[in-house]
Amino acid sequence: MAAATDNLIAGATGDWEIVIGLEVHAQVNSKAKLFSGASTEFGGAPNSHVSLVDAAMPGMLPVINRECVAQAVRTGLGLNAQINLRSTFDRKNYFYPDLPQGYQISQLYHPIVGEGEIEIDVDGDAKSIGIERLHLEQDAGKSIHDMHPDYSYVDLNRSGVALMEIVSKPDMRSAKEAQAYVTKVRTILRYLDTCDGDMEKGNMRADVNVSVRKPGDELGTRCEIKNVNSIRFIGQAIEIEARRQIDIIEDGGKIDQETRLYDPRAGETRSMRSKEEAHDYRYFPDPDLLPLEFDQAYVDDLKTGLPELPDEKRARFMADMGLSVYDASVLVVDKDNADYFEAVAAGRDGKMSANWVINELFGRLNKEGLEVEQSPVSAAQLGELIDLISSDTISGKIAKDVFEIVWSEGGAPAAIVEERGLKQVTDTGAIEAAVDEVVAANPDQVKKAIDNPKLAGWFVGQVMKATGGKANPQAVQAIVKAKLGL
Amino acid sequence: MTELTKLTLAKARAGLANGNFTSTELTNAFLTAIEAGNGDLNAYVTVTGDAALARAKESDDRIAKGDDVRPLEGLPLGIKDLFSTEGVHTQACSHVLDGFKPRYESTVTANLRDAGAIMLGKLNMDEFAMGSSNETSYYGPVVNPWQRTNDNGDLSNDKLVPGGSSGGSSASVAADLCLAATASDTGGSIRQPAALTGTVGLKPTYGRCSRYGMVAFASSLDQAGPITKTVEDAGLMLAQMASHDLKDSTSVDVPVPDYTKVLGQGIKGLRIGVPKEYRIDGMADETEKLWQQGIDWLKDAGATIHEISLPHTKYALPAYYIVAPAEASSNLARYDGVRYGLRVPGEDLIETYEKSRAAGFGREVKKRVLVGTFVLSAGFYDAYYTKAQKVRTLIKQDFDKAWENVDLVLTPTTPSPAFAQGEKSGDPIAMYLEDIFTVTVNMAGLPGISVPGGLSAEGTPLGLQLIAKPFDEETLLRGGEVIEKAAGRFTPAARWWQS
Amino acid sequence: MEVDETTVRRIARLARIEVTDEEAASLKGELSGILQWVEQLEEVNTDNVEPMTRVVPIALKQRDDVVTDGEKVEDVIANAPMSEDNFYVVPTVIE
Repeated sequence: MAAATDNLIAGATGDWEIVIGLEVHAQVNSKAKLFSGASTEFGGAPNSHVSLVDAAMPGMLPVINRECVAQAVRTGLGLNAQINLRSTFDRKNYFYPDLPQGYQISQLYHPIVGEGEIEIDVDGDAKSIGIERLHLEQDAGKSIHDMHPDYSYVDLNRSGVALMEIVSKPDMRSAKEAQAYVTKVRTILRYLDTCDGDMEKGNMRADVNVSVRKPGDELGTRCEIKNVNSIRFIGQAIEIEARRQIDIIEDGGKIDQETRLYDPRAGETRSMRSKEEAHDYRYFPDPDLLPLEFDQAYVDDLKTGLPELPDEKRARFMADMGLSVYDASVLVVDKDNADYFEAVAAGRDGKMSANWVINELFGRLNKEGLEVEQSPVSAAQLGELIDLISSDTISGKIAKDVFEIVWSEGGAPAAIVEERGLKQVTDTGAIEAAVDEVVAANPDQVKKAIDNPKLAGWFVGQVMKATGGKANPQAVQAIVKAKLGL
Repeated sequence: MTELTKLTLAKARAGLANGNFTSTELTNAFLTAIEAGNGDLNAYVTVTGDAALARAKESDDRIAKGDDVRPLEGLPLGIKDLFSTEGVHTQACSHVLDGFKPRYESTVTANLRDAGAIMLGKLNMDEFAMGSSNETSYYGPVVNPWQRTNDNGDLSNDKLVPGGSSGGSSASVAADLCLAATASDTGGSIRQPAALTGTVGLKPTYGRCSRYGMVAFASSLDQAGPITKTVEDAGLMLAQMASHDLKDSTSVDVPVPDYTKVLGQGIKGLRIGVPKEYRIDGMADETEKLWQQGIDWLKDAGATIHEISLPHTKYALPAYYIVAPAEASSNLARYDGVRYGLRVPGEDLIETYEKSRAAGFGREVKKRVLVGTFVLSAGFYDAYYTKAQKVRTLIKQDFDKAWENVDLVLTPTTPSPAFAQGEKSGDPIAMYLEDIFTVTVNMAGLPGISVPGGLSAEGTPLGLQLIAKPFDEETLLRGGEVIEKAAGRFTPAARWWQS
Repeated sequence: MEVDETTVRRIARLARIEVTDEEAASLKGELSGILQWVEQLEEVNTDNVEPMTRVVPIALKQRDDVVTDGEKVEDVIANAPMSEDNFYVVPTVIE
């Protein structure tokens, strides 16, 4: 479909460019809600994590949670964005049962964080994506529609939980770029511990704005696909929506600016427009709150408390441990993964550690659907295993067997090697004897190998078999070659 | 018994301390008076007699033992219906809050309760505090205990309005149906009713009293305050009502002084500002005369008089009628029949909202919600709302400049005395003009007091207003006391409601 | 500003208040009157004037991130016109 280098899609009338902007809603990690002291804990019996403020009882008033402010500033710093020392809160007015006040407290006119940018990688190419702004706002409750045909059931537990809305600039040009962007934002949020990024739980969701145009033209009319809650669906929705728009335009139609929903089962986006009027939110400054102000010292203080961020960590892995950009990138996507790797690599060869962590450990974890916190093989155990390889105690192949044993049965690698007699045979005398045996027993093969030196590998294999895999393969190879005069 | 109800708060407090009577006797006296008189005045929408007597007994025990006697121990008060009172009717006199009994207490009423005061019941008011005559209440209008005197000297039976929105508060204090009352003021709703009933009404600085638990009308303007029989009583009430409340982000952390300390201090050497823009076209002669009389009284008490200019005065009222309805339209969105109050079921959710709110809100409330919705709507926000907020800044700046040269500002409280029911219902603007002298004070966030200054040609009360710097309620009380000493107290000629 | 009936109905819909034809007709006049009266603000020069953003010259108070509230479903549901199993119940929303 698309040429990877130019991201254009072919239509009936020529090539099209997709323009994508994303609004990510990230639930803030905090114990209590943004403007009320009720708990933000997930689950909980209906309306149990609800204060009278959340229930919008008459006379109730909002009081802001300082940790939510700090989390927003930290996130802004992680997005390399401008922190606004003065911001204000505005009411966004509309009626919905999960919005008890009849308005959402948000920040339209003066958000807490301004412009920033982050770097993404798509197929080895780096690209900078602009951030427009980040603001704090209240989350809404939940309306459940399928408990009864005529009634909806409303639970306000989530109402009032702090959200950060991160608005990107419309800098993305493909589904992959959008996915890379969301992945990067999620990584940053998790590094900072300002949001857990759990899209399945709905703690992070994205509204995707898609428009199409012929390259060089003005921006097309965009449609907003709301509440997409997986990275996979973001990619799918973009491609389907772009194609929908291209088809309409090429048929001579116009795109209506509207809000749509992505239906993954039907593989289509659907208009959300109901019989209501288009929303006029009548934003105005919330008179129950005052402007939020803090000084640069507050921001600087938060900055010193930030952990090393993914880009810095990746650069350090590459510089200090000689990792490739690809390997370093894979390792830093998740901070827990990166921490695991560093524990393994401490005092060891970086590249070898990376190889084992990425290919063996991550591969196995992915296969079993486990996170690194649940790994049956600890960083210490993996490190010990690598030490055994480095000291030539075991071969790489045997190490894989030991890995498997630690994974399924547990135990210390060194002890396992000892108990099961898996130590590598490096004694050249023993290896020579084994080689001699095989050579003596297979004169025809010897002749073939002398003609075609590649066939020496057969001898190596036979010697490995005869030694139960414990012979050092490099040594065997060298001795075989020598014995055959190759 | 009736003699007890005529007492001021201060005198009742002294009487209890002296053992002249008990709180139970005092409370019973009021309950009896309410029983006899509320039918005619409609000042109370609910009476909490049993609870009041239980509290009275507790107070009597404390006073008898001399044990932890609190500042307002055993003193019966009326509470405006928009203050959330736990387990008791709280509807801001609106049908939309039908049956609502909060599970929580407003900070102001909690403060009074913790000071030992006793709630007699909830007082009538204009629905959602929107009105200047208490004619928009779901529970029917309140009648002013004052009556006009005809030309032949008889009292007219015409029912007069007690002002609004705190009409129940002003009427009950004037008619001795409580010692004092809580009220609220957004554009003049404490001061104007006080002026129309010959009582004292004090609106403190914005942020002085907590708004937590007050049914919100216009958040940047609403402020709780007392309506009382005397200036001293106003100080006593405010001292307990005011507090710094962490549950209200607009509550200011300034210590609450002992307001009674300023009594008798007088105003010698203080500078009184007389704003020329308050002299409006068509101002009634008697209002003009009263104002001049006020000036003379203050001069005689040793203050100097200075003409000042508050150039944006006349724009305060139209600006108010943009800002207040805008905030109200948003504050009243929560009355949707989902979590409390009236629900009129419809075919679907939207119809349920629309029917519930249409049935629940009265006409004036609907009008203001619609005006507010309009001025915030797309395309009009800048021209109306932003413009009004800019004018508001200018109004405040007018006062800031004035404070460089004066300590108090003196104006009449209202353009005219109490009018008859229905007299101003035809033209909304005519009703809105009731607040023309009071609304500037809310727009600037300043404290203001209305003190009875005299009687009109029809024998009904007229009030004088003093305005002070932010958090300078003490100077307000000093000036108010001077006027009170000079003018005297005014009570209705006939206690017609008590029969 | 003169508002017409269509505008009155649009505003009433935004405010979720049902208006009868009669009401719409009379509201049209009343709202127009009020809006025309407030338009006198246009006379005021507000160049370089900031809209009032705070009435009190104080900073926004912030509270600590501690759970101090909630766990009072009884109070939350007590006044509800319709509820079940501690949910608020409303006529269904059409998405």
